Amino acid sequence: MITIKNLHANIEDKAILKGLNLEVKAGEVHAIMGPNGAGKSTLASILAGKEDYEITEGSVDFDGEDLLEMETEERAREGLFLAFQYPVEIPGVSNINFLRTAINEKREHKGEDPISAKDFMALVREKSKLVELDAKLASRSVNEGFSGGEKKRNEIFQMAMLEPKLAILDETDSGLDIDALRIVANGVNTLKSDDNATIVITHYQRLLDYIVPDFVHVLYDGRIVKSGPKELALELEEKGYDWIKEELVEA
Amino acid sequence: MATYTEDDLAKDLEGKEYEFGFTTDIESDKAPKGLNEDIIRFISAKKNEPEWLLEFRLDSYRTWLQMTEPEWAHVKYNKPDFQDITYYAAPKQSKKYESWDDVDPEMKETMSKLGISLEEQKRLTGVAVDFVMDSVSVATSFKAKLKELGIIFCSFSEAVQEYPELVQKYMGTVVPKQDNYYAALNSAVFTDGSFCYIPKGVRCPMELSTYFRINESGTGQFERTLVVADEGSYVSYLEGCTAPQRDENQLHAAVVELIALDDAEIKYSTVQNWFPGDKDGNGGVFNFVTKRGMCHTNSKISWTQVETGSAVTWKYPSCVLKGDNSVGEFYSVAVTNNFQQADTGTKMIHLGKNTKSTIISKGISAGESQNSYRGLVQIHKNAENARNFSQCDSLLMTDRCGAHTFPYIECKNSTAKIEHEATTSKIGEDQIFYCLQRGIDEEKAISLIVNGYAKEVLNQLPMEFAVEAQKLLTISLEGSVG
Repeated sequence: MITIKNLHANIEDKAILKGLNLEVKAGEVHAIMGPNGAGKSTLASILAGKEDYEITEGSVDFDGEDLLEMETEERAREGLFLAFQYPVEIPGVSNINFLRTAINEKREHKGEDPISAKDFMALVREKSKLVELDAKLASRSVNEGFSGGEKKRNEIFQMAMLEPKLAILDETDSGLDIDALRIVANGVNTLKSDDNATIVITHYQRLLDYIVPDFVHVLYDGRIVKSGPKELALELEEKGYDWIKEELVEA
Repeated sequence: MATYTEDDLAKDLEGKEYEFGFTTDIESDKAPKGLNEDIIRFISAKKNEPEWLLEFRLDSYRTWLQMTEPEWAHVKYNKPDFQDITYYAAPKQSKKYESWDDVDPEMKETMSKLGISLEEQKRLTGVAVDFVMDSVSVATSFKAKLKELGIIFCSFSEAVQEYPELVQKYMGTVVPKQDNYYAALNSAVFTDGSFCYIPKGVRCPMELSTYFRINESGTGQFERTLVVADEGSYVSYLEGCTAPQRDENQLHAAVVELIALDDAEIKYSTVQNWFPGDKDGNGGVFNFVTKRGMCHTNSKISWTQVETGSAVTWKYPSCVLKGDNSVGEFYSVAVTNNFQQADTGTKMIHLGKNTKSTIISKGISAGESQNSYRGLVQIHKNAENARNFSQCDSLLMTDRCGAHTFPYIECKNSTAKIEHEATTSKIGEDQIFYCLQRGIDEEKAISLIVNGYAKEVLNQLPMEFAVEAQKLLTISLEGSVG
């Protein structure tokens, strides 16, 4: 699905990613954990196509295409979805109008006709149930006046509507209470299939009780320094990140 | 992979600069350049006007000579040379058309280029259009149908001939001829415009629509609109404006007077798309317009404007809330791009008891442009329980443009309730990135965001106008984030 090789990236001449390698296959869920400032959100932003970063070295292959050469909207239309850590408000633009535009852009990209109003509304009903999103929120302005939990649920709702190949969840658990966490996780698990993949970026092991990863990676100082099965997350929760730092120094 | 470069985009945008930049070659009957009493007599004679109207013009002219051009607006421009303007240019074949088939095909083409094919409109929307091209109204449709209801909708000149008593009774009562510099100029030299009268208790069954267009090079357009809604009547009036692309500045100084008698309602909507000048700030229309409505008891006047054109705009559609319980509303979206300057807003003058006014102003500035809201809310001492709510929002598209708000509040009655809210925001790169990440390209993203921002105002427009306005906003702002 996605293969990241030796990725180096700077922001304003400061190196953030320093040779990151990661391979995610279809049907897999990968968790990326790591201390603050390790470069987790930078990785998500770069994959999505944010222009603030300078890629100095490395490559990213997304389903056989050079991801770094693709425009942001093209990546999205090819099936890359980022659930934002801080979802953006767009006053006056209804969620429904926003999503319908997004879906039709994707369909046009694939050479398909725009979705009919009837099919679209049926899809909205089906998918909003998945994340227990109030139908009223679907017709309100994008994220405007939403609570923190509602915003995150709205991200997963959008993900469900757009059916991406690769979803990147950037700290989707931050600011969620336990019920919202369950709902969000349930949404992600339901959408999981053999054809798509998920990268879950998180600080805490908590989310991984609900979204069970196939692999856990530790991102530290711009690189993946340790990878392992889901048990690694528990170990991190228990011991913190210091032992990994120490291991690195010893090595 | 990205084969579409910024240069390509720039080329595309240049091509799109002003979609309505074409001139129609219809022989015109022009007055010599310049302004003096003889020219005014020439215009008046050409139009076969009664003596009182000539006096009105001459009196206005003499007043105008004593006045100086206002300089308080937050705009900079080279003052027009009033002696270098042609004050009268009528298309030669200015006879009235009995049926649509009689209209000059070239003129029809002009209209279809404007996207307002009358045939289309007749069929699809039931809108009656009074088309004013270079000062003389050339086609008025639906007149017969309106006539059955006693509604008068015709060119101003025709009204002067056919309904002189109505014109004389109301003209200059809301915007006096000495009101301001441009209004005085208009009162002296206006050539045509529209007149509308809705009789007592009649609800006008269709939107009345006028399109203004400046065609002749070096002509000023001084049109005059007078809308009178008699007691208990209702009318929705639409005004759309375009002008061809020229290097020199064209002057447009209109006067619009609305009179809502007791229990009447007037809804007046404008989509203004005069040529804004090119991307370097050359040419464009100077739009110096005086618009004002008089509200009698229990009446309501609602102004909605979408302003995307003109190099310089100076315009304050206002309401004089003279009657008790009268209501004034002002909804505005003003877009400025490149080197455009707009100083626009409203005045709500509360004279009567329990009068209410609402002001919703949405400014959008892009390029190097300057966009100002200037508004006055005035509560007079007898205006018990007056209410005003004002909301003035500014959206900045670049870090080179300016947005300014000049709200004036004068309150002489302690029972008044006045609220004012203002926000300024920059169009978020994060908002655009969010849209891009969902697969929506930048152009569509800006269109979504801007239309969302202006939604409260666009919602006030009649349907077919709202669609046009949305497109205009998008065209005006293409490639403007930076």
